[in-house]
Amino acid sequence: MSIEENRNCGCNCMCNEEEHTVDCDMRREMIQEIRCLEFGITELALYLDTHPEDEKALCLHRKYCKQLKDLKDKYQKVYGPLTINYPCNKWRWLEEPWPWERGNY
Amino acid sequence: MWTYNKMLQYPINIKCTDPKLAKVIISQYGGPDGELAASLRYLSQRFGMPDQKAKAILNDIGTEELAHLEMVGTIVHQLTKDASIEEIEKAGLSAYYTDHGVDVYPQAAAGFPFNAGVLACKGDPIANLQEDLAADKKDFECTLAKKL
Repeated sequence: MSIEENRNCGCNCMCNEEEHTVDCDMRREMIQEIRCLEFGITELALYLDTHPEDEKALCLHRKYCKQLKDLKDKYQKVYGPLTINYPCNKWRWLEEPWPWERGNY
Repeated sequence: MWTYNKMLQYPINIKCTDPKLAKVIISQYGGPDGELAASLRYLSQRFGMPDQKAKAILNDIGTEELAHLEMVGTIVHQLTKDASIEEIEKAGLSAYYTDHGVDVYPQAAAGFPFNAGVLACKGDPIANLQEDLAADKKDFECTLAKKL
């Protein structure tokens, strides 16, 4: 089963144990990477607010923004939107658990 | 304006119910040195800030505090969501439960509701920045106290 077919996989998914584990691991890894990038960007932005001329920080900020955009596009395509700005053919905003109920995600 | 990101800034997955702990942690949500106060402090001070850098940093930190608020709310929710009525009573949360049920209400550990009196917006940039330094220090002390 591809990730696309298995798009509703969450902790309470119906797919078999092996696929569940593989897909959940992949999903957890992706969201963790997204979270790291979001955090890095937030903190770099705070630094840049008071050090706008720092080329090294600016370069790192650009790099993380690009990585985040690519990864978020990839994640949202499979697991549904992370923001309401993501276009869907079907309204998938309701499908996934909310962050306070999500456990490791 | 803001756009919601459907994720926590740091994942929270609490497996043990502990309403007694939630009763203390809720202060970091809506108490005098909590995240709501922090966020509102910075976001309200933005408007009168004349300096470009300071305006940006008040805006961006005030925004990040909202992400912290969501994490603290999640902690309180997960610590209490499976608690039995007996556990709630034992933790001294029956009064809270009577008024707020399973919602996470912005209040201090002692039970009084969130009060904007805990933050200052003086309309004076230097006075405001001093208040921010003091608030940050208090927030830090609060975090330390919880580690003890």
